[in-house]
Amino acid sequence: MTSVLRLDGVDRSFGGRQVLKDVSFDVTAGRMTGFVGGNGAGKTTTMRIILGVLAPDAGQVTWRGHRLTREDRARFGYMPEERGLYPKMTPREQVVHLGRLYGLDAAGARRRTGALLERVGLGERADDLLETLSLGNQQRAQIAAALVHDPEVLILDEPFSGLDPLAVDMVVAVLRERAAAGAPVLFSSHQLDVVERLCDDLVLIAGGTIRAAGAREELRAAYTLPRFSLVVDGDAGWLRDQPGVRLVDLDGARAVFEVDPPADDQAVLRAALERGPVRAFGPVTPSLAEIFREVNQ
Amino acid sequence: MNTFQATRLVAAREIKVKVRDKTFLYSTLIFLLLAVVATVVPAMLSSGPSTVAATAAGAEPLRAAGLDVLLVADDGAAEQAVRDGDADAAVVAGPVVVADERAPDDVVAALSAAPQVKLLDPDAVDPLVAYLVPFAFAFVFFFMSQTFGLQIAQSVTEEKQTRIVEILVAAVPARALLAGKILAAGALALGQITLIAAVALIGMRLTDGGDLLGLIAPAIGWFVPFFLCGFLLLAAMWAAAGALVNRQEDIAGASTPVQLAVMAPFFAVVFLNDNATAMRILSYLPISAPTAMPVRLFTGDAATWEPFVSLALLLLAAAGFLLAGARVYEGSLLRTNGRTSVRAAWRQREPIG
Repeated sequence: MTSVLRLDGVDRSFGGRQVLKDVSFDVTAGRMTGFVGGNGAGKTTTMRIILGVLAPDAGQVTWRGHRLTREDRARFGYMPEERGLYPKMTPREQVVHLGRLYGLDAAGARRRTGALLERVGLGERADDLLETLSLGNQQRAQIAAALVHDPEVLILDEPFSGLDPLAVDMVVAVLRERAAAGAPVLFSSHQLDVVERLCDDLVLIAGGTIRAAGAREELRAAYTLPRFSLVVDGDAGWLRDQPGVRLVDLDGARAVFEVDPPADDQAVLRAALERGPVRAFGPVTPSLAEIFREVNQ
Repeated sequence: MNTFQATRLVAAREIKVKVRDKTFLYSTLIFLLLAVVATVVPAMLSSGPSTVAATAAGAEPLRAAGLDVLLVADDGAAEQAVRDGDADAAVVAGPVVVADERAPDDVVAALSAAPQVKLLDPDAVDPLVAYLVPFAFAFVFFFMSQTFGLQIAQSVTEEKQTRIVEILVAAVPARALLAGKILAAGALALGQITLIAAVALIGMRLTDGGDLLGLIAPAIGWFVPFFLCGFLLLAAMWAAAGALVNRQEDIAGASTPVQLAVMAPFFAVVFLNDNATAMRILSYLPISAPTAMPVRLFTGDAATWEPFVSLALLLLAAAGFLLAGARVYEGSLLRTNGRTSVRAAWRQREPIG
């Protein structure tokens, strides 16, 4: 039995406007899945449907092969995008409260809460009213709230927004622990560099449809063009006259070019070496941002 | 985690947060002070029996009437005692009552022969009490359903405003949230009333005002079930109103119909309480029954069967409002784009229950 959270042909409209169209993808156990898309692409709606907070018009969400039930969802950890906790309660009180709502007994909820608040670095402020904490600290409390019941699945909408770099590292470490423990982790983010650094799998959504989904490296390979970058001493303008080479970008000693078969990138390298020293040469792998731009076109 | 357990947890949280809210604590304290002032102070202000100066010869009937007698040597000394302010009045030979400006009634009564009195309707309520008690009932219901209803709405809106509601409905059924809030507000309202009533009753006991208790006890017995059902009905409306908006500032606008439903019966009962026909109608309308029916019971205008019928109607209405309120609540809980219309909330059917 593989622990896979699967979306299958999910549609959803709001007042006649279709927000999700045939959305299907997997979130696999033990892997961090980055969920990337522009504003209004349908990320939050998708996550709310997974959490059962919204109902799909068509399609279904399954967990370990069966349709999600309320009992399953009680073992999900969720962090909504626009977040907040009770302003007039302390982090400890509300994390305990949520833990109990998720079904922990009083002692268990208190124990988990204490450990988690320490883990997210909120130990000293755990008994101050939430409204007196900085936004970053409120965010830490929010992470603890999503993890209090030791969830089997984590669904996090923009978990890094509003965090300073240290807090980002802390959250990343916590999420990695969860994934390593075998939980599927789905998180959305606008910060593509963070997603790139963090995720094992990627799901790209635009206009309510999934444009690309799969392992990060496979996606990268799929979107990699026969494109190379070259840095030489002196001017690289001679590349313009090289057969089979199409210059993409030229800036003095730096050049980015594509090679049309049957021409060979190694032949270009040899030609460059004949002309003088080569400082750098290699294939250009597209950044997530570039893939993102590509699928959004 | 079943709905019942979740309801209990939600209610416990609501109560915990409320009882450490300073506004709530201070308002409760002020009510307790008012209850003490209203029951104890009038007794302290009434001066007790008059002091009357008299010679030994005339003292006996005055003593028998329970007055404080200041024994003096002769009538001249008695009059002097009144002039000096040592006594409220003097009784001199005649008997003549001597006083400064006005003869104390109890002194005059002690020396008069009262005629026999035969009451044809001995249970008839003192007109002042008959006016004040209905007003007190109406006010208690009005005030409690306003204060604690608003608390429900604010709590609902707070959860929407902070978006914690998304986590909550993913964890427990929305109905448990609603039920927990109404339960907590009802318990707090009853607790506050009980506390204030207990203080007022103790105050009356201490100051010999206890006869009122026996008088209003039967009406109080009916007031409680009417209060609870009426509170439930209004609480459902308050929760729905709170769920329609996203910000605390917008509650006032969305809850206008609810405020009207709280206020109109209050003023109707205050102004129409001596119009028997109007009161009969009001005591059957579910929205005004919680105030009007206990009043009619108190004044003895209602037949024995009437409160049962009225209460049954109220219960039905409360159940209906609760179902409708829950539907609006669930339908608008996750709509965070501005204010939701009742119609849109009604149509929305997410399976978040």
